[in-house]
Amino acid sequence: MNSLDPLVVLTNVSMAYGRGASAVPAIEDVSLQISRGEFIAVVGPSGCGKSSLMKLISGLHPTSAGSLLVHGQAVDRPLKSVGMAFQNSNLLPWRTCVDNVLLPLEIVPPHRQRIGSHRAEYKQKAVDLLNSVGLTGFTEKFPWQLSGGMQQRASICRALIHEPEILMLDEPFGALDAFTREELWCALRDIHSARGVTVMLVTHDLREAVFLADTVYVMSNRPGRILKRCAVELPRPRDLEVTYSPEFQDIVHELRSLIGGKH
Amino acid sequence: MTQEDFLTKVVSPTAFTLGLFLFWEAACRLFEIPLTILPAPSVIFDALIQYRVPIIDNAWVTLWTTLVGFALATVGGLLLGIAIGWHKAIYAGVYPLLVGFNSIPKVAVVPVLILWFGLGEIPAIITAFLISFFPIVVNVATGLATTEPELEDVLRALGASKLDIMRKVGIPRSLPYFFGSLKVAITLAFVGAVVSETVGANRGIGKLMLDAQANFQVNIVFAGLLVLAFLGIVLYAVTALIEQRFTGWAFRGQNR
Repeated sequence: MNSLDPLVVLTNVSMAYGRGASAVPAIEDVSLQISRGEFIAVVGPSGCGKSSLMKLISGLHPTSAGSLLVHGQAVDRPLKSVGMAFQNSNLLPWRTCVDNVLLPLEIVPPHRQRIGSHRAEYKQKAVDLLNSVGLTGFTEKFPWQLSGGMQQRASICRALIHEPEILMLDEPFGALDAFTREELWCALRDIHSARGVTVMLVTHDLREAVFLADTVYVMSNRPGRILKRCAVELPRPRDLEVTYSPEFQDIVHELRSLIGGKH
Repeated sequence: MTQEDFLTKVVSPTAFTLGLFLFWEAACRLFEIPLTILPAPSVIFDALIQYRVPIIDNAWVTLWTTLVGFALATVGGLLLGIAIGWHKAIYAGVYPLLVGFNSIPKVAVVPVLILWFGLGEIPAIITAFLISFFPIVVNVATGLATTEPELEDVLRALGASKLDIMRKVGIPRSLPYFFGSLKVAITLAFVGAVVSETVGANRGIGKLMLDAQANFQVNIVFAGLLVLAFLGIVLYAVTALIEQRFTGWAFRGQNR
């Protein structure tokens, strides 16, 4: 990790939906930096603009004020090297698991020109990736033949197949049961450490954020502002056991007190 | 096919159809309904055999005009549906026009078509087209317009163009809607062709029935109706088969 060379720099960025007098502010005056290979998590109450922040950084929605630089360049259109996954796996029901994972390669250059003639080679790559997240033997199944956790694994593979610089995850484990969720935490931890990809995770699960991230940002109620930047100093590789340690609990507790709400 | 499948897919429809005809036959005999009001099935089948040559000739004309009109509606409906589903502004702009146009009873358009193209098959083809392309357009446009925004985000974040999103997601996703609408459209096309023939034509089942009616040959009128029903079922079944073949994934998800 080289903090002198931040990949993403936001300086006093605001964003609103709509224009003029009817504009609804979603994010206000956010400044943060994401280093190459860093794992950041954004937490906050629901509707606070966490997902908007993700859309903003990926260039899907324009800023209304402030500057947003990725690779030192202002972002004014969708970045081409982002992988995204959401709470809903959004797999295409007419494609098998492996064909779903191949979808980004049919869009991102230079792969889109090559995939027609090199399909077998790409397919092997997708199968390897699926195997690495524990989907061995399910690659030729259709999404509806997979459990929710498996679908989510496949969805994350789809976000990774084109080796994006930034992986953006919007509550990817929100719809899963607690045990499956912890399994996928570990899968994501391993992906991050093996590939050195920069990850932005939007979540409302504080334990998830602290377990996975290098840096946790706490956002306020809408319009979202950064209330706190919290560097998680727990040593890596982290084991699930760490979630029961007092240090871990202290961080979670501190973050929880910032988010407010009725207790 | 399992025994249960056989029961539901073969035995049950056959039994109900036979039952209907038996009930009809019995009612006609029991109440001595005059031939000119409602002929019994046996009389109708007699007429079918006796007049098979003109019936087949005219049914063939109706069938191919229907199919040509339907083919035009399929291509036109698909293209227009994609155009409308492409952008919200086009959707909003064209939709009221389409609804307005669809509200015009097509039987009122046939005289205009005859005026333009003369008696013959062309008015029937055009009527079949006009009446059947609407459900195709609406279904394709709806299928496209309801693509999950998150999925679009996933693709746009990869730098996908609108065309990419259409090709990879929008169009495959709207195929079940498209094929579903074909089942409706094929029966409508058939109605359109026959309506046009009934208003004015020199050949076709509609024309045959009109002539028979003028001569009080009610048995031929009913024979014509029976042929229409039969052709309608066949066309529907073929379309449904094509639908299953192409969009099996949409059904598979529900019958796991």
